Amino acid sequence: MIDYAQFTPLSALLGGSLIGLASLLLLLVNGRISGISGITGQLMNKPNSSNYWSWVFIAGMLVGAVLGVSANNLTTPDIDSSWLAIIVAGLLVGAGTKIGSGCTSGHGICGIGRLSTRSIIATITFLVSGIISLYITK
Amino acid sequence: MTFIPKTVFFYITVFFSGALFAIGLQVSSMVEPSKVKGFLDISGAWDPSLALVLFAALSVFSIGFALLIKPRIAQNKSPIASDRFHLPTAKAIDKPLMLGAVMFGTGWGIAGLCPGPTIVNLVHLDAKIVVFFIMMLLGMKIARTLKT
Repeated sequence: MIDYAQFTPLSALLGGSLIGLASLLLLLVNGRISGISGITGQLMNKPNSSNYWSWVFIAGMLVGAVLGVSANNLTTPDIDSSWLAIIVAGLLVGAGTKIGSGCTSGHGICGIGRLSTRSIIATITFLVSGIISLYITK
Repeated sequence: MTFIPKTVFFYITVFFSGALFAIGLQVSSMVEPSKVKGFLDISGAWDPSLALVLFAALSVFSIGFALLIKPRIAQNKSPIASDRFHLPTAKAIDKPLMLGAVMFGTGWGIAGLCPGPTIVNLVHLDAKIVVFFIMMLLGMKIARTLKT
């Protein structure tokens, strides 16, 4: 059953377009893939001329986030997960994206957008896994 | 472009892309774990919003890729402000890809958070989000150590 009370098609399409545009810009101008897990992983390497851009991208995300929060009066999202769930899920997301070479942005947008079979398979796999894990843990 | 050195232009665009990406995640409500869970909850009251987020992001990116980037690569041209396109070269559908995707999906379903929204949500300075972020880094570190 579709939950029409929660369905927000316009903001979803607008926000999604902005995400797609940001990814396009980063590849067209800078030659880089906006895979957020990969970019985050770079923060644990020693800064050098080949990964400075990762720091700048994350700084841009944080500044954009602050601007968005103040412009749209966003409040802290409700995190209803227990502490144990947060710890386990955080470890799984970190290790899983490292082992599987990508997350929602890298595989789901940039990979599928380049018609990479690897990314299409990965995206279907993490979507199905997410549906199953939510079903079991909710 | 003539008065702005290429490296300055490079970092300005990287910064701008990051900001735009973050605002896109907020506008689309991907930063709300409850929204993500509502999308993954296909057996309950299903909220299809995130399918539209992915659809819109993919449409803009894949059309732009086909029209603007693919021809540049075919003509051996570099990106506008960089020396080359850094594209993934791996093609294999192998065990790490599948195992990693299952682990990531499982964590995503438990907490409703993936890496992008986690970073965007850091600005709220919420303890659970900060701990999730630290655990995510730790998970990456552990996976990397096991790999080598």
